[in-house]
Formats: sequence, C-alpha cells, structure tokens
Amino acid sequence: MSTLTTTRTEPTGARALAKRLSLHLDTLPTAAAVAIFIGMIVYGEAAYGRIVQFNTLSNLLINNAHLIILAVGLTFVILTGGIDLSVGAVIAFSSVAGVMLMNAGWNPWLAVLLMVLIGTAFGAASGVLVQHFHVQPFIATLAMMFLGRGLASILSTVPERLADDSPVRSLGAQIKVYDGPKVNDVVLTPGVIIAAVVVVAAFFVLHRTRMGRTVYAIGGSEQSAALMGLPVAATKMWVYIISGTLSGLAAVVYTARLGSAQNITGIGWELDAIAATVIGGTLLTGGAGFVLGSVVGALVLGLMNVLITRDGGIPPEATTIITGGILLVFVLLQRAVLARRRE
Amino acid sequence: MSESLPIVEMAGISISFPGVKALDEVGLRLFPGEVHTLMGENGAGKSTLIKALTGVYRIDEGEIRISGEPRLLGGTADAQHAGISTVYQEVNLCSNLTIGENVMLGHEVRGAAGINWRATHRAAGETLEKLGLGHLNPKQALATLPLAVQQLVAISRSMVAQCKVLILDEPTSSLDANEVEQLFTVIRSLRDQGVAILFVSHFLDQVYAISDRLTVLRNGRFEGEYRTHELDRAQLISKMIGKDVDALKSLDAKGARRVRSDAAPLYSAKGIGRKGAIEEIDIDLHRGEVVGLAGLLGSGRTELARLIYGADRPDTGEVTMNDEKAEITSPAKALARRIAFSSENRRDEGIIRDLSVRENLILAVQARRGWARPLPRREQDAIVEKYVSALGVRPADPERPIRLLSGGNQQKVLLGRWLATEPDILILDEPTRGIDIGAKAEIQEYVAGLADDGLSVLFISSEIEEVVRQSDRIVVLKDHRKIAELEGGQGVSAESIVNVIAEDGLGDPSADTAVREEVTT
Repeated sequence: MSTLTTTRTEPTGARALAKRLSLHLDTLPTAAAVAIFIGMIVYGEAAYGRIVQFNTLSNLLINNAHLIILAVGLTFVILTGGIDLSVGAVIAFSSVAGVMLMNAGWNPWLAVLLMVLIGTAFGAASGVLVQHFHVQPFIATLAMMFLGRGLASILSTVPERLADDSPVRSLGAQIKVYDGPKVNDVVLTPGVIIAAVVVVAAFFVLHRTRMGRTVYAIGGSEQSAALMGLPVAATKMWVYIISGTLSGLAAVVYTARLGSAQNITGIGWELDAIAATVIGGTLLTGGAGFVLGSVVGALVLGLMNVLITRDGGIPPEATTIITGGILLVFVLLQRAVLARRRE
Repeated sequence: MSESLPIVEMAGISISFPGVKALDEVGLRLFPGEVHTLMGENGAGKSTLIKALTGVYRIDEGEIRISGEPRLLGGTADAQHAGISTVYQEVNLCSNLTIGENVMLGHEVRGAAGINWRATHRAAGETLEKLGLGHLNPKQALATLPLAVQQLVAISRSMVAQCKVLILDEPTSSLDANEVEQLFTVIRSLRDQGVAILFVSHFLDQVYAISDRLTVLRNGRFEGEYRTHELDRAQLISKMIGKDVDALKSLDAKGARRVRSDAAPLYSAKGIGRKGAIEEIDIDLHRGEVVGLAGLLGSGRTELARLIYGADRPDTGEVTMNDEKAEITSPAKALARRIAFSSENRRDEGIIRDLSVRENLILAVQARRGWARPLPRREQDAIVEKYVSALGVRPADPERPIRLLSGGNQQKVLLGRWLATEPDILILDEPTRGIDIGAKAEIQEYVAGLADDGLSVLFISSEIEEVVRQSDRIVVLKDHRKIAELEGGQGVSAESIVNVIAEDGLGDPSADTAVREEVTT
C-alpha cells in the first residue's frame, strides 16, 4: 500500500521520534498549549514579576472559572464536530432571570436551580434542531443565541443587582486555603471548586464512559458511528444539553462572583470559549481533543489578559488582536496535524 | 452439508422508493456455517436487500425471521442486537481512534471506575488474535493501517458483537490478491465457527472460491437460489443478466480486427514525456481503431493518458494532429481539438453526485461552450435522450440525481458526457472498473461500435484480458515507459502480454505474479 510508504520519508535519525510523535499526534496541539502557558508564565515572571505567586494564580482561576466551565461544555460539542454559539446569550438570559426572581422573593437556591435548567432547556432546543430538524449546528445555535439575548433584553436592560445579603453570593466568596505572607494567599471560591468538579466529571465521561467514546466516534465519522450501532442521535442530543446546562452553571458562578446581572453580559463569550477549546487542542472538525486542554486554553486567555494589564503599555484594545494571533497559530498547527494524519 | 434450519429467512420482501420498486417479493435464506453469495448486476437490488437486513431501510412488505422468530428491524442497532453485523465496501471505522477502540466501541469492558482500558485493549487483542491479526498493537492509531487491514479490523469488530450473521458487502473491491486471500482465510475460519456469512462481490473467481450457496437477483426480483457447485459461471451470468450467454462470448471471440486505413494518424506524439510521470514515448492514434494501454498498476498508464489530454503538461516531445503541430497543454485545448478523457476516478473526478443525469451528461458540452452561453433546454433534452437510450442508462429518468444510479449506469452517463462533445479521440481510463458484468459487456460492445464508426479510442484497463479483447493495437507499459507495441489479433493474449512484461529487463518475479493475479480477477 503506497499510503504507508509515504510516511517513511523522515530523515533516518528522527525516524523513531517521528514515529512516536505520529502515534501521539493528537496530543501535540494540547502539549503546545501547555508549553505556551508555561512560556507565558515564565515570560510574565521575568518581565513583570509577581506572576508565580499564590494570589496571582488564585485570581487567575477565580476570574476564569466561568470560562473554564463554558469551554468544557463546548469541548463536548466541538468533539462531535458541532458548535454552540448560544452559550454567551444563555448566560445573559439565565443570570438576568435568576437575579430578578431572587429579588422578587424567590428562594435563592430554587432560582439557582432554575438558572441551570434554563441552560439545559436552551441546549435541548439546540439539540432538537440539530438532530431532528437537521439544522446546521451553527445556524441552530445562532438562532438560540439571538433568542437568549432577546429574552434577556425583554426582562431588563439595566444591571440587576443581587442583594448584598443574598446567600448566592457565598458561591463567589473567597476562602483562604493557605495563609501566605502579606496578601500572598491561596484563595479559592466555591465557583472554582464547581469548575474543578465539572472538569473532573467531564474528563471521566469523555474517557471512561461509552457515551464519551461515542462523542469521539461521532467526531471521527458520524456515518461510521451510526453503522457501528452506536447511539448517535441520543449522544448528539446529550452534547448540546451538556453544553447548555454548563452555560447555566457558568451563569450561576459568574453572577455569584460579580453580584449583578445584565442583558449584555457574555457578549462574545461563546467565541472566547471556542478559542479556549481550539487553543487547548480540540479540532474544530471533531474527533480529537481533550477537556484538560480546554482548561489550559481558558487559562492561556486569562493569563494573557493579566499580562496585558501588568504591561500597561499595551492598549487593551490590542487584546483581541493577540487572542486572534494565538488562535491563528493553533489553527495552523492543527492543520499541520490533520495533514499528517491524512497521509 | 446437512439442510439445517436457516438462521435468517427473508420472504416476500418488497421495498419501494419514489418511482421505483427496488425490491419485489425477494427472498433470502442464510444458514449457519455457510457462505452465501448474493449475485446480481448493479441496480439489481443487492444493496437494498442488505440494507433491509441491516435495518437501514424499512421493508414495505414481507417478513424477516431470525432464528425462526419474526423480527422488525428499525435500525442498525436493532440488527446488531439480533446478531447481524455488516462490513461495508468503504471501511466504516473511526480513523481518529485506536485499533482497539474501533474493535471494541460500544462493547468496552467496564469496571467500577468506568471503562477499564487495560481490559478493553486486552479483549481487543484477543479478538484480533483469533482472526490472525495478533501482530497488530491495539493501542496504535487506526489511521496508520493500510485499508485492507482496516477492513479486517472491521470484521474483528463484528466478532466482538457476537454476531451470528456477518454481511460482507463487496469487501474485496480495494484489496490485492494477497489481501483477498487473507480475508478469505478469516471468512473460512468464521464459517467453521458456525457464523452465517452473506458475501457480495463482482469477482466471479472469488465467488466460486468462497461460497457454498448463491442467490441471484435481477431487476429487483428473485431469480433463484442455487448450490454453487450446481451452477457454472456461464449459467450464473446468464441468470444475472437475463440474456443468452452467447452474446458475451461473441465479443470474446472477436476474430476479425478492424482494418486500419493507411492514412496519416489522427494523432501522433513523438517523444512526449514528463519527468517523474512517464519517460519519452511515441504513440500514434488512428481513426477507427482502439488502442489499448496494458501494464501493471503504476506502470504509467494514467500518466500517459493525462499527458495526451493535456491534464499534465509534457516536458518534452511534440504532437502533430492531422499533419499540423499541436500544442495540447490544457484540457481546454484538448477539448477544442476534440480529445475527450474519461477519468478512472469515477466518484471524485467523474460524476457530480447531486446533479441529475441530464446535468451530468451535458456538462462537458456546456464546458466547451463556456458558462456565458447556456445550452438551450431543447438541445439538452435531445442530447440526453440520444445517449440515455443509446447507452441503455437505467433507470431512463434524466432528472434523477446521478448518485442514485448504480456504478455501471453512472459510468454509462460519463461515457455519454464525453461522446456528447463529439470527440475524434476518446480516452477511457478504466471505464469498466467496479461495475457488474452486464454493464461491462454493454460498455465494451458500445466502445467497439464507436471505433467501427470511425472514432479513435485509447482504452485503459487493469484487466489485461479486457484490453486484449477490446484493442486493435496494444501499447505495453512498464515502469513508466513503453516496452512493446503489439498488433492485436491472433497470437496476442493476456498471457503473451504478461510474458512481455515479465521478460522485460530482469523479469522481477514478484511483478510477474502480480500480473497473473490481476489477470485472474
């Protein structure tokens, strides 16, 4: 078979390495994301100082917990070869609705549950559109995005403040885990713990359950997966439900930290989450990627904002350009990997 | 073999698609421990019948009994639960996953902490071992395997599903002779384990080598069920095409060659070549003659054709047509000089799946006119009617999307597409590959007729026997160069061409056997 011999064009010395690499080709983009993250930390420490510190890294996690949760949800969807553009708008609707209900006297925890379920409902709607009405995921979730944003705006167009004594604020309360010198403490919030639980659960589902493996199989070839007798339709429904539910959860975590909700919250977050997932090594065509990579991707984006703030010289407007640049590098890297795989 | 009870019994199966009755009261019985071949031309309903059994299509009428129990199959998962596994012509695995995962997907070994990967890979390894694939590492990526081995992995997968019935839908079409042998070893061992195997193939030799029982379909109807040893090949073919066998044999025994006029050749190339594709070569094409290109796969047949057509630019040499110098450096220039080229890659370079038969047919004519001057509908219909009836395209519905046609009929449409440009020279690269014997005979007959009408045909096929049968003159290629040019007629046979190739140079023995194998398919 000529397809095999073409891969043997490596220089002799590097052959063994190349072979190892080709066996683990899928992990290459994720490894690159980790390398970039470490590189940014090293550069940040060298150039600005005070990066490798408990409080800086704690804040990085606290401020990006919601993005990590979103990125985990999108990892599921993107692994099947789909996309979910509605997550940012779902956060807006869910958080505005939740805070207004709490202020109207609902039991706060019931409202929190409803916030999560709003996400579930949006995800289920996207899933039905994609799976049963054969709407392109891009279009289906775009429709859900406009719907969510519109509903949020109908509810309120001003910031809805969470009452100062609301028990939901406790989800954003900082817990000192380790008391370092001065303010250099290890601090966590329940939001960070929720994000960590989500990540671990997602990892378990994707790597240790048949449903998770079906997600990967669908991304590899949906037709093959169906012919293998795997539950393709149900699994595709599930990934959108998971993504929607996690958006609802992210809305809870974010609202608890900020203490207010607004209809313009979360504009562009779906793109941040997609960027985090892609930077973390998940192929947009589906079938390859890791949920831990998406976490690293989210942290890369978060750390970049920290570094830009620290630098002071870079105008904040340039942030998106840098994000775009990093994204481009990763997409090109993935194309190279895909090209190798096709060989 | 004792007449045990059939494990699968399909009776009176009818399936209709809009406008077509794909299956009309068809029956099929599969017995444990037996290889059963489903035979029929393209479009006879084999795929439809298989899809009825695998739950892809719902049956309109009839009954499917599995182990005596009537079953309703609502989907592929249902069929798999009933113990029916399928390996398709195209490998349907996930190339992003490992070999072991592909074998075990949906049947992973699970423990308290979810999937137990070590046990899963071990189970995959054991399954592969049973089919003689013990040398494969289950943790390796599937994409690193050649297609043929992937096909075997797909079969191992059906073993994990504990299948009682294994359907192999043209599993051999992309395999070479050794790989086919390996596959057959696997099939035989499964048969001996009591699995009922349904096998579909166009290759008669393979059918006779492996199967115990045959069911023949024609035009969606049940033609008969036979023990393989009770039906010889000629009878089988006539059952499949519903025609007398003599029609086929007359083509075989074509004695009289066309007499070539002594006029100057229509096309004459002196020393054309292209680095890396084909060495400098002389070739003449005359009116009213079929020139065959014979040679092994990779000997430069297609490369030469592409050079003549201008799809690749020649580095050297010059071409004269009708005694004047011709620069054929692009397909557009070739078309302007009335050279047409039908590619070997029917699916990717030939048909446009979602367009109708009519749109596919007029494509080349339209391309020559340019997009600014659309062909009037009346002229389109005239062209379509002419070629659909001349070539016997079935079903004769010009508005049907071409992807719904069988391979042989798609090929006829492609042939029509190029004939519609009224070429002087027609290059046919593998026009009969992967199509059934009836359509093949029709195309061969039609091509012979074209040459009789004064067309110059360059005919390429990897079946050397077919080249011999079809051609008035045969150019033999080996390793990207011309090694002989033989006048067709008495004394030239597939064997003599094989000898020419084998005796050239050192006579690489492996190449020799490869030819023989190719000849036998």
